[in-house]
Amino acid sequence: MSPWLSILEQTYRTDHGRIVATLIRVMGGDFASAEELVQEAFEAALQQWPQDGVPAEPRAWLIRAARNKAVDRMRRGVRLGTRVDELEVLARLEQELSTAPDGADWQAHPDDSLRLLFTCCHPALAVDIQVALALRTLCGLTTEEIARAFLVPPATMAQRLVRAQRKIRDAGIPYVIPALDALAERTHGVLHAIYLLFSEGYAATEGDALLRVDLCAEALRLARLARSLLPRNGEVASLLSMLLLHHSRHRARVAQDGGLVLLDRQDRSLWDASEMEEGLAQLEAALALGAFGPYTIQAAIAALHAQARRPEDTDWEQISALYHRLSELAPGPVVELNRAAAVAMAKGPEHGLALVDDLEASGRLTSYHLLPAARAELLRRLGRREESAAAYRRALALVRTEPERRFLEERLREVI
Amino acid sequence: MKYLLMIYENEKIWESLSQEETQKILGEYAVFTESLEKSGSYIAAEALEPTPTATTVRIRDGKRLTTDGPFAETREQLGGFYLVEAKDLDEAIAMASRIPNARTGSIEIRPIMDYSKNMG
Repeated sequence: MSPWLSILEQTYRTDHGRIVATLIRVMGGDFASAEELVQEAFEAALQQWPQDGVPAEPRAWLIRAARNKAVDRMRRGVRLGTRVDELEVLARLEQELSTAPDGADWQAHPDDSLRLLFTCCHPALAVDIQVALALRTLCGLTTEEIARAFLVPPATMAQRLVRAQRKIRDAGIPYVIPALDALAERTHGVLHAIYLLFSEGYAATEGDALLRVDLCAEALRLARLARSLLPRNGEVASLLSMLLLHHSRHRARVAQDGGLVLLDRQDRSLWDASEMEEGLAQLEAALALGAFGPYTIQAAIAALHAQARRPEDTDWEQISALYHRLSELAPGPVVELNRAAAVAMAKGPEHGLALVDDLEASGRLTSYHLLPAARAELLRRLGRREESAAAYRRALALVRTEPERRFLEERLREVI
Repeated sequence: MKYLLMIYENEKIWESLSQEETQKILGEYAVFTESLEKSGSYIAAEALEPTPTATTVRIRDGKRLTTDGPFAETREQLGGFYLVEAKDLDEAIAMASRIPNARTGSIEIRPIMDYSKNMG
C-alpha cells in the first residue's frame, strides 16, 4: 500500500470520530451536515494527498478541508445547518483552526467525544440506536460492521441511523454533556457503546488483523473519561476494570505470525502488569461502590484469569459460578456459550457439551462461528474426532477473520 | 424551538378524585403555568373536555363520515396541552416533567414543524 494511503487510513481510524465530534460542535449540533462535510474532506484528501504529499498535520488539514466545503456550500446557496446562523458556524470554524493551528491542541476540547457519546445516548432515542449511532459517528465503524454487531441487515441499520440523525436535528436534542441529574438515564447506553467498541477492537469481526488496537485504545480513553465524569458510579469503574484486564493480555493474544493464541496457551510474562494492577484496583473500587452488575461480573471473571499464575491454577469453579450469575443478569446466547466453556473446564467436557447442544438446539447463534468451534473443541477433548472435524468445518464456513481461520484450520488438522 | 407538550392520562382517574384533590392539582397547574409565563416560555395552553364529548370526522371517497368518540380507544387520552418555547429538547423535557399529570399519566413532546427551515 502506498504510504499516503496508509497514513490516510490511519488518520481515518484514529481521528474520524474526533473530527466529526468537533464539526458537530461548531455546526451547532447538526450531525448530518457535519458527517457529510467530514466525508467530503476525506474524499478531498484521497485526491490531493497523492499529488501534494501528506500534510504535516493531517487532522488540521481535514478540518480545514471540511471548513472549505462548508464555505463552498454557502456560496452555492446550499443551507448548512438547520439550527444555526451560517456566519456563526464559519466564525466558530475559524476559531477552531486558529486555536489549534497545528491541530495538536485537542486538549482545548477534551470532552468533544464524550459530548458526542452522551448526545448519541440521549434517552429520546431508542436504546439500540443510541449505541449504533455512537459507533457510527464517534468511532467511524461502517454501517455493515454495526449491522453485524446488531444482527440486522445493513439496509435496515442504515435506515435507522438516518432516522436517528433526523430526530436529533428535528426534535432539538442538544449537543451537550447533560446535567448531573440527567446523566444516570444515559449512562447505560454510553457504557454499552464503549463496551461494543472495545469488543470490535479486541475481536474484530472481519479482516486480516485480529486486533484493532486503535479501537481498543479509543474505548479505553472513553472509559477513563467516563470514569472521571462519574466517580461514584460503580458500573463505570467495573467497565474500566474489565477493559483494562482484557487489554493487559493483548500482546500475548496474538502470535508472531498474527495468529490467535487462546488463554491457556498464552505466554503470561507478556501480560502487561501495570494495566493488570490498575484493572484489579478498579474492580476493588467498583465493589466498594456497591457495584454488582454485568460489567462487574465480567471484570471479576477477567480478574480470576489474571490472578492465575499458570493456566492450571485457574479457579474454573468460581468462573462458571460467575457466568451462571451473568446469564441471569444479562441473558444472551454468547454468555451461554462462554458459560458452557467454563463449565467444561470445571466439571468436564461432557457437561459443557450438553450446554452447547442446548444452545444449538435453541436455534440462536446459527451464523456465529464460535458456536461450532466450541463444540468442535469439546468433542476433540472427548476423543470424538470425526464429529469434531465436522464441527470445525462448519466453523470454518462461518469465520470471517484470517487469523481465526488459520487457527481453526490447524485444529482441524489435529483431529483428521 | 416550539414544542407541544401533550398531556395524556386515564380520564377515569379524574372521576375518582375528591373535590379537594382536584382543587389541589388545579392549583399546581396554575403555579406551573405562571412559572412558564414568567420565564417567557409560555405560548398557549388549554385543557380539553373529556373524550365522551369528542367527535371524529373523516372524508373517504369524497364522502364525509362523522362518528361519535375519539379517533382511537386507548388507555390514556389526550386531556390538554401546553405550547411552549424551549431552547432544546432537554429544556422541553424539564418542563414536561414539571406538569402535575406527569406523575399519573404521560406527556408526549413533539416539536412544532418550522416551515421556514424545512422548506429552505
